[in-house]
Amino acid sequence: MANHKFDVIVVGAGPAGTACALTAAKAGLDVLLIERGEYPGAKNVMGGVLYRKQLEELVPEFWNEAPVERPIVEQRFWMLGEESLFDMGYKGMEWSQAPYNNFTVLRAKFDQWFAGKAMEAGAILVTETVVKECLVENGKVIGVRTDRPDGDVYADVVVLADGVNSLLGKQLGFHKELKPEEVALAAMEVLDLPAERIEDRFRLEPNQGCTVEIFGDGTKGIVGTAFLYTNKDSINIGVGTTLSGLIKSRMRPYDLLEYVKNHSMIRPYIKDAKPAEYAAHLIPEGGYNSIPKLVGNGVMVCGDAAQLVNGIHREGSNMAMTSGRLAAETICLAKQANDFSENMLDSYRKNLMNSFVGRDLEKYKNATHTFENYPQYFNEYIPFVNRAASEFFTVDGTPKRDKQKKIMSSMFEGRGKWATIQDLYRAWKVMK
Amino acid sequence: MIGEIEDYKGIWVYIEQNDQEIAGVSLELLGAGRRLADKRGVELCGVLLGHEVKSLATTLYEYGADKVYIIDDPILKNYRSETYREGFVKLVNTYKPEIVLYGATSNGKDLASAAATDLETGLTADTTMLDVNDETGLLEASRPAFGGNIMATILCKKQRPQMATVRAKVMKAIEPIKGRTGSIVEEKISMKEEDVRTKVLKVVKEVGKKVKLDEAHIIVAGGKGLKDDKGFALCHQLADVLGATVGASRDAVEAGWIDHHHQIGQTGVTVTPKIYFAIGISGAVQHVAGMQNSEYIIAINIDPNAPIFDVATYGIVGDAFTIVPKLIEQFSKVKQGGELMYG
Amino acid sequence: MHILVCIKQVPDTKIIKVDPKTNTLDRRGIPAILNPYDAHAVEEAVRLKAQYGGKVSVLTMGPPQAVAAIRKCIQIGADAGYMISDRAFAGADTLATSYALTKAIEKISKQEHVDVILTGKMTIDGDTGQVGPGIARRLDIPALTFVRKVEAVNASGNEIVVERKLPDGYEVIQSAMPCLLAVEKEINEVSYSPMPNMIRAANYEPEIWTVDQLNDVDRSKLGLKGSPTVVGKMFSPPKPEGGKQLEGTPDQQVGQLVELLLKEKKELIISKGGA
Ligand SMILES: Cc1cc2nc3c(=O)[nH]c(=O)nc-3n(C[C@H](O)[C@H](O)[C@H](O)COP(=O)(O)OP(=O)(O)OC[C@H]3O[C@@H](n4cnc5c(N)ncnc54)[C@H](O)[C@@H]3O)c2cc1C
Ligand SMILES: Cc1cc2nc3c(=O)[nH]c(=O)nc-3n(C[C@H](O)[C@H](O)[C@H](O)COP(=O)(O)OP(=O)(O)OC[C@H]3O[C@@H](n4cnc5c(N)ncnc54)[C@H](O)[C@@H]3O)c2cc1C
Ligand SMILES: Nc1ncnc2c1ncn2[C@@H]1O[C@H](COP(=O)(O)O)[C@@H](O)[C@H]1O
Repeated sequence: MANHKFDVIVVGAGPAGTACALTAAKAGLDVLLIERGEYPGAKNVMGGVLYRKQLEELVPEFWNEAPVERPIVEQRFWMLGEESLFDMGYKGMEWSQAPYNNFTVLRAKFDQWFAGKAMEAGAILVTETVVKECLVENGKVIGVRTDRPDGDVYADVVVLADGVNSLLGKQLGFHKELKPEEVALAAMEVLDLPAERIEDRFRLEPNQGCTVEIFGDGTKGIVGTAFLYTNKDSINIGVGTTLSGLIKSRMRPYDLLEYVKNHSMIRPYIKDAKPAEYAAHLIPEGGYNSIPKLVGNGVMVCGDAAQLVNGIHREGSNMAMTSGRLAAETICLAKQANDFSENMLDSYRKNLMNSFVGRDLEKYKNATHTFENYPQYFNEYIPFVNRAASEFFTVDGTPKRDKQKKIMSSMFEGRGKWATIQDLYRAWKVMK
Repeated sequence: MIGEIEDYKGIWVYIEQNDQEIAGVSLELLGAGRRLADKRGVELCGVLLGHEVKSLATTLYEYGADKVYIIDDPILKNYRSETYREGFVKLVNTYKPEIVLYGATSNGKDLASAAATDLETGLTADTTMLDVNDETGLLEASRPAFGGNIMATILCKKQRPQMATVRAKVMKAIEPIKGRTGSIVEEKISMKEEDVRTKVLKVVKEVGKKVKLDEAHIIVAGGKGLKDDKGFALCHQLADVLGATVGASRDAVEAGWIDHHHQIGQTGVTVTPKIYFAIGISGAVQHVAGMQNSEYIIAINIDPNAPIFDVATYGIVGDAFTIVPKLIEQFSKVKQGGELMYG
Repeated sequence: MHILVCIKQVPDTKIIKVDPKTNTLDRRGIPAILNPYDAHAVEEAVRLKAQYGGKVSVLTMGPPQAVAAIRKCIQIGADAGYMISDRAFAGADTLATSYALTKAIEKISKQEHVDVILTGKMTIDGDTGQVGPGIARRLDIPALTFVRKVEAVNASGNEIVVERKLPDGYEVIQSAMPCLLAVEKEINEVSYSPMPNMIRAANYEPEIWTVDQLNDVDRSKLGLKGSPTVVGKMFSPPKPEGGKQLEGTPDQQVGQLVELLLKEKKELIISKGGA
């Protein structure tokens, strides 16, 4: 029995692929969504912040049905010293009610629900199936070869949403192998803890969530961040650093995670929590500069496969969804024109670059590299801030004015006035 | 059910025989049935179907039966669902027992399921504990449920007879009482060969393949703790010295170290040897279910908290790879009548 | 040849947990799967179809979400799926289950005569192996249980020859069709489903019937009402209390053990007592 031809085959049922399948199916296209996992989300990991806007564009008022863990009402930023921490953050009740701001999610649950929406819209989901390669016929992608018997399937367009190290993208020569400084390696754990205890420890009401982004000692000075997110009755804790950083410091991500979990400032939050899952996963950090070729004849690339992640703010799923949606919208036009050439499909690339995705990535173009090349941000200023705070808040009879003097001078001890000022300027430039 | 619950009296055991050889489980059930019958103050009866099997009745009396129902007919030579059910259901409807027990063997289960449907009564499968309630007099048949994680007691309140298939090797036969006798009741079967829709073309014994685990006096069983097939070879070596049979946990079988016929436990064979060595076996409920009635259980495990020690007669907390070779050495000395050196 | 396979969706008991205190099952996050034995039954049906031609239908009694199990069967290669789903069926034991399924089978065979019915050896949740033979009795057709091989089918002559597994070997048995086979796992390896089946299964919708859509049903024989057996109590498996730990150095431990065994079981150890 030959497989009938689809309008679109989407490889990968993550945020990007599912968003694409959902949009295309809604528009009445004949969509096949192929996922290698036992079910969508089975093996997928993410720290867990789901951004409202981009999903809302696909599923209005999704929060009434989606398996979100907690709406985030508080976002905290910790500058971690070895035995100290400088805590900043914002908490606002406006975030505790519809339309909310962000949510924590567990991907295993969320991806399943999201794929379900695509199926409701008419997309066909096939799981436990690995796409081995794209079928190419005189310069045009005409379908995919799966690992199953009788496994070739054909379509006008194939969308590669197969994640960060997109083998299919590499096969087509869209990607080169990722360089160590282009990816972060993240290790994370889901720790089970009863809801009440989470709410006590993080000062939350039921159905309110909190995220903590951790800079400094969490990564032992390696460029990267650690995080602590609250789910309904579990906590996600993780740490992500540039691969190059790990290699330099000869650390395995898990060692780093263990270090974070045992850190005196973090331990109390996860005390008695039972490890439920452990995962390690790559995050594209190359940003704008390492975005690969996005379209070819009969083929498009979305999400992590296109390296669409904002490393600084750890946004990815939202960019993935938007890229998937935009790809589908272009495919609809291509279908009308019955033209699936690179030329036609290129409007996806244009739209993507004009969207917040392209703009943000361009804005932060040099951020990771800057931090990568100037480690002092992580291993000097953050310790400094802690020393400063400690100095400032310790009541020992010294007048505050003198304390400030002392702090400023100790700041420059580190790198000297000029270097410091350059650093601050540089940081301001890339972040502004 | 024909008539009233009160009309149903006495406890029956279906006696399984293959070419005039009585299955061990049937004798075990006579033992269990005897206990229940005395508690209820009723008769214990054996039910024997086959061809030229009358002579077996004496054995049944010796093992506790007060009465034996027999249908002896060429049509019953080999077990067949159709013919055996026909005869058995007829007996039940005529003589109305309150409880019927079958061995949970291929044919025992086959017959019981078919009969239960005709009799529209309850049937509990793979029972491992039997009792009758003192007040209600109801049969309490308990069995592992949900992968052996839990036991469930099944009752049959409104229908008669109350029926159960019972696992081999969990009940105990009584010591046969020489010369004990009882009565016999013979019935005919009306079915003719031409009405039968099934034919047994041949019966093949796979002696080679079948491991006589259930008859072994000593079993050396190994588990995942032996790391690999080389480690598992220690079991064979120890077994050789002791003239024992080798058994295994499911994980060892799934690891491919030994054929699945050697698997002991809920989904494997149930065994009751005189001595059972559990080496590198954690003692999961499903495994223990298959060996806990062994007379002596010797556990060798590196983890002092391994549940296997809860069932072990003697436990050695230690590394199998140091302990077992020493055992082999010691026992071979004993065999050669050599001197023992105690550490 | 029309082959009908009875299949059931079950909780994956491999990972099911029981609270030792309350003796209640913790079903949280326990995935529902196609009963493994039934997968082999469907696979066998598909192979018989490939060899002798015909059609494979599957039937289940269960809650609406059991559709997932039917889709799994379509992946394996079944052509059609039927499901009976109704509160009236709830709480059925094997007797009531076989009754309900029989009513559904009668309706199916009215639409298209059924030549062979396959079931698994048993379910991993009910694990009784009683439903199959029950169905056969109610339909008054021969039941062949513990089938480990189908040797030959003579569709025209309405005859089938199978190997039936026995404790110490097997028997070759011939039966008239229609008949019911309850199959062992060893009968086949479930093969990796081809892509066209996967696609077809993805949004396959089986025919779903309620009690009212079945013919001449005696409701007193359904569900809880129709079930003679009731679960009395649940308790955790009895734990024989442990015995003696042998302390000391490995040599001492081994020494003590050998000594003890010789004291208590000498005859066994000396006389090559093993079987
Ligand atoms: C530790 C960590 C924390 C993060 N935190 C956040 C966060 O808080 N917020 C946020 O927005 N983003 C976060 N991200 C980023 C986010 O997870 C990704 O950007 C997002 O998942 C990208 O979606 P995607 O669909 O492109 O890729 P994926 O989610 O990786 O999906 C790819 C899918 O394709 C499937 N697949 C791959 N190859 C094949 C094949 N050959 N055949 C069939 N199927 C295939 C995979 O199984 C997978 O389901 C985080 C990432 C990590 C690793
Ligand atoms: C429905 C169902 C049915 C099942 N049926 C059966 C069945 O019939 N039979 C069966 O056996 N299982 C069965 N199981 C599986 C059972 O639950 C266990 O998984 C299995 O018995 C574990 O096997 P094991 O003890 O060899 O491996 P493990 O549980 O991994 O135990 C290995 C043990 O070896 C010890 N060890 C490790 N290294 C050493 C060393 N160097 N020296 C000494 N000890 C060491 C460890 O401490 C550990 O206790 C069933 C499970 C289910 C769900
Ligand atoms: N609810 C059900 N729906 C369909 N088939 C069933 C159902 N329950 C049991 N069966 C069939 O009967 C066989 C034996 O089941 P059991 O008697 O529960 O061990 C199973 O392998 C199935 O083939």
